[in-house]
Amino acid sequence: MNTEFISQIQNGSPLAVARAITAVERGGAPARELCRALFPHTGRAHIIGVTGAPGTGKSTLVNALAKEFRAREKRVAILAIDPSSPFSGGAILGDRLRMQDLTGTGVYIRSMASRGQLGGLAAAVADALVILDAAQFEIILVETVGAGQSEVDIAKHALTTLVIEAPGLGDEIQAIKAGILEIADVLVVNKADRDGANAAVAALQMNLNLNPNKHAWRPPILKTIAPTSEGVSQVVDAIYKHTAYLDEHGLRAQKERARFDDGLRALAQREWLEQKMHALPPGQWDAWLAQITQRQRDPYSIAQEVLAS
Amino acid sequence: MTETTATPSSPIRVLVAKPGLDGHDRGAKVVARAMRDAGMEVIYTGIRQTPEMIAEAAVQEDVDVVGLSILSGAHMELFPRVTELLKEKGKDDVLLVAGGIIPDEDIPQLNTLGFRGIFGPGANTHDLVKFVQDEMAARKHKAQG
Repeated sequence: MNTEFISQIQNGSPLAVARAITAVERGGAPARELCRALFPHTGRAHIIGVTGAPGTGKSTLVNALAKEFRAREKRVAILAIDPSSPFSGGAILGDRLRMQDLTGTGVYIRSMASRGQLGGLAAAVADALVILDAAQFEIILVETVGAGQSEVDIAKHALTTLVIEAPGLGDEIQAIKAGILEIADVLVVNKADRDGANAAVAALQMNLNLNPNKHAWRPPILKTIAPTSEGVSQVVDAIYKHTAYLDEHGLRAQKERARFDDGLRALAQREWLEQKMHALPPGQWDAWLAQITQRQRDPYSIAQEVLAS
Repeated sequence: MTETTATPSSPIRVLVAKPGLDGHDRGAKVVARAMRDAGMEVIYTGIRQTPEMIAEAAVQEDVDVVGLSILSGAHMELFPRVTELLKEKGKDDVLLVAGGIIPDEDIPQLNTLGFRGIFGPGANTHDLVKFVQDEMAARKHKAQG
């Protein structure tokens, strides 16, 4: 591995960090080598997930959060994920459009396409986090694709997860539904200058009352108006209260363990599959697919065959 | 198929930006959409971009292509500033493409600045997409020797 490149990444050179993230998106052996070299230098970043339905103002809020963290003299990076087209594989990554005033502030912003990954993130997010962490960013804000009720993957990576709501998006029944609300460490009702903000807060309150949480941390519900940064400083305070709570109760290590339990599984699966696919004779996979679609063979026994190969 | 996951390949990444004070960006949006539909990843930053914003975004996003669209006539001031900043930041290996309203007499100078493709009003998005794909394929070929 090129040691100069590694040290450029560790020094936070935007050019080197950007090229490293491209490398991990591309995958394969170079990505693995890079992450291996950088992993020992990670573990200091505070990873904050920001998720919520499309149109709740996630990007604008991330922009405001980044400014607030900069004001508190933190080094900040942003990973913003948008969906890839399932047909062309292309993507329009537009989150940056709402983050214009971060130019020249030292905030590193990277847009990532989901590249077919479900769950609200891109497959390379875990590796991109290794790079940003090793590049000594203290705060990493991860903005998911506009999430519905099941895009909860972010909670596995983040130490603190923010769920963003906006007035008028749903009634109380939506708030009671399981899924995305349950991963919230901090709940934010953004666009709080709109009608229905208090009703949205009340619906979330009721939901929290009905649902005495598995652990004693009760997510605070905060109102923000992202374009003017109103309420944003209180959100940052709540994030720090949450991490203080994790530390007091010894939960940080538990969260880290869960993160790598998931990460190691995903990695082992990926490596295993890559190795097996690589070893197959050319055309074998296509032949199997043809046999399966014609019901000549079943995928279950073929999977066993792959395992034995 | 049988392109295994071990094969490193990734979509072409493009930054589409409008430097200067143009008020609308319909053309740039059409271009962004056409590139997406051709399988590219398009970072769209829209109107009122300063050269600093464009160069910083190009570096951070590690794009292969920077596409600038301009209608205001300020291209001969803004484009050289963009290329200068890209060079300063070590990101002068990108393919530069320009669109919008650019008089023919400015084209030679823009070519000298490194703009390889210049697409005016009435240009076909297919031609633009094909130009970018061909250029990138040629670069890849060159890089592999």
